[in-house]
Amino acid sequence: MNRRVLRRWVSNFMVGLMVVAVIIAVLPLLFILLNLVIKGAGSLSLGFFTRVPVPAGETGGGVANAIVGTLLIVGAASLIGVPLGVAAGIYCAEYPGSRLATVTRFVADVMNGTPSIVVGVFAWTLIVARQKHFSGLAGSCALAMLMIPMVMRTTEELIKLVPNSLREAALALGYARWRTSLGIVLRTALPGIVTGSLLSVARVAGETAPLLLTALGSQYFSLNLNQPMAALPLTVFQYAIGPYEEWHRFAWAAALVLILVVLTLSVLARLATRRRFTFND
Amino acid sequence: MATTSLPESAQAAPVTLHGSRAGDRLFKIVLTLAAIAIPLLMGFLVSELYTGAHLAISRYGVRFVAGSTWDPVAEEFGAFPLVIGTLLSSFIALLIAVPLSLGVAIYITEFSPKFIRQPIAFVIELLAAIPSVVYGLWGIFVLIPILRKAVFPFLRSVLGFLPLFQGPIYGPSMLSASIILAIMVMPFIMSVAREVLLAVPGSQREAALALGATRWEAVMSAILPYARSGIIGAIILGLGRALGETMAVTMLIGNRNEISASLFAPGYTMAAVIANEFSEAATDMHFSALAYVAFLLFLVTVLVNAAARLLIWRVSRGPTGGKGR
Repeated sequence: MNRRVLRRWVSNFMVGLMVVAVIIAVLPLLFILLNLVIKGAGSLSLGFFTRVPVPAGETGGGVANAIVGTLLIVGAASLIGVPLGVAAGIYCAEYPGSRLATVTRFVADVMNGTPSIVVGVFAWTLIVARQKHFSGLAGSCALAMLMIPMVMRTTEELIKLVPNSLREAALALGYARWRTSLGIVLRTALPGIVTGSLLSVARVAGETAPLLLTALGSQYFSLNLNQPMAALPLTVFQYAIGPYEEWHRFAWAAALVLILVVLTLSVLARLATRRRFTFND
Repeated sequence: MATTSLPESAQAAPVTLHGSRAGDRLFKIVLTLAAIAIPLLMGFLVSELYTGAHLAISRYGVRFVAGSTWDPVAEEFGAFPLVIGTLLSSFIALLIAVPLSLGVAIYITEFSPKFIRQPIAFVIELLAAIPSVVYGLWGIFVLIPILRKAVFPFLRSVLGFLPLFQGPIYGPSMLSASIILAIMVMPFIMSVAREVLLAVPGSQREAALALGATRWEAVMSAILPYARSGIIGAIILGLGRALGETMAVTMLIGNRNEISASLFAPGYTMAAVIANEFSEAATDMHFSALAYVAFLLFLVTVLVNAAARLLIWRVSRGPTGGKGR
């Protein structure tokens, strides 16, 4: 009898520990978001979004160049990475048994686990070293490479979820295979693929390490992807490790903008999959 | 019989109403090119890293990993403190993150009321979405002051008999970096562990409960053993993340190329040295040494990830039997 009570107590105690673990795990998010708002929101103003950084010692200035830079770099990365990832994903789903699909799938897993800084070094040797100057486009290539495996795997998984009967129906109606793939199968899987792509954009938008070796950062406003370019994550990093109080305030505000962009993208993406498609209803 | 055979044209090319055969061929070619591009790109990455590192590889060979001077001015490079820093910070991060993330994963798959499962999982996934550089910023200005004022002195007074917790307290240190790493890898371990636990059939749990086990005993005796290799896979996947993590670590570890017995002392990691020095490297040898570090880091993460995949794949393949007994 005593032993049974003890066992029940142990069980309850362990559950209690797990609740503590949940609280400890959830706290950092609340803490980080709270700090970002408290320390960052005060510095947000219209000028912050429309001006470029001012030299050290002066107050004011903004991150317009970094916001535009991030949009351009990430936009170009998506233009490269999403089509390539989706196409490779369709291949792996349409010819699942083929040797190429097996190899590509395996390599994509390796790619997914590759540290972003290593991809940065690759983009540096491939583009920056050959061109002999840093450029936003080299940054886009590095980010695209980080996006490809994510987009590819979600595309493949979602296409596999499309029931075969849809495909068969289209083929029986005389659709060619490519029209079946694009017009029926891909279209059915599209919401999920959009979600996956948005998530990969969100992840990549906050990447800093590869940009340090490629886009480098810049104090000036620039729309030229072939030149060094500012980006929000770089701004956060450079101002955070700088010596001035004013710079730190700047870093917090830039981080708040960055996190708003990233979290909005990932929440949007998740809301899109919330309404899971149900085929058999 | 002759009248029932199809017209010749139909045999040669089936009539397609929408789209054509040529379209099919083109479609396949495009897809194949995309699928080939990925292994090609990766092969290119390996060869570029190797060529970039060639100078350092031919000069140092394997000794590179054993040397402990890193002096760009004298062009003398050795990666031992970097390798140790990378391994140590990741290891401590896992020590902190694994119990927490397994606790959360077990709680929300086995114990929690249904209505808080989604919110907790959602919060944890948001935690995974926060960029590394924001963790770094938060670490410098919020976490480090707390650690320096409260946590580290406490650790030193309680565990000070261990060499690990002796010596002067700096803000940026091996332990600060490990703690931020732990927060960062926790969501990854948690979400994979959750998937693995969800894959355990309910009959396992029910059988244990029917035999009179408490709910905790059911977890320990029936569910965890079943999910064991998948959970190890999740942990190794977290290890892979931790090894390659750059920004937050660079901002918190103090970037000093030394090996110290104390966790309060600054250190350095492979990823951090690349981030700090690459864009300012002046000599070919310096670039090459950094590329060598990147190459090593790549090899280590590939091995770690391959091991993790293998373990997770073994679980998702299905039951491997209850190990007798």
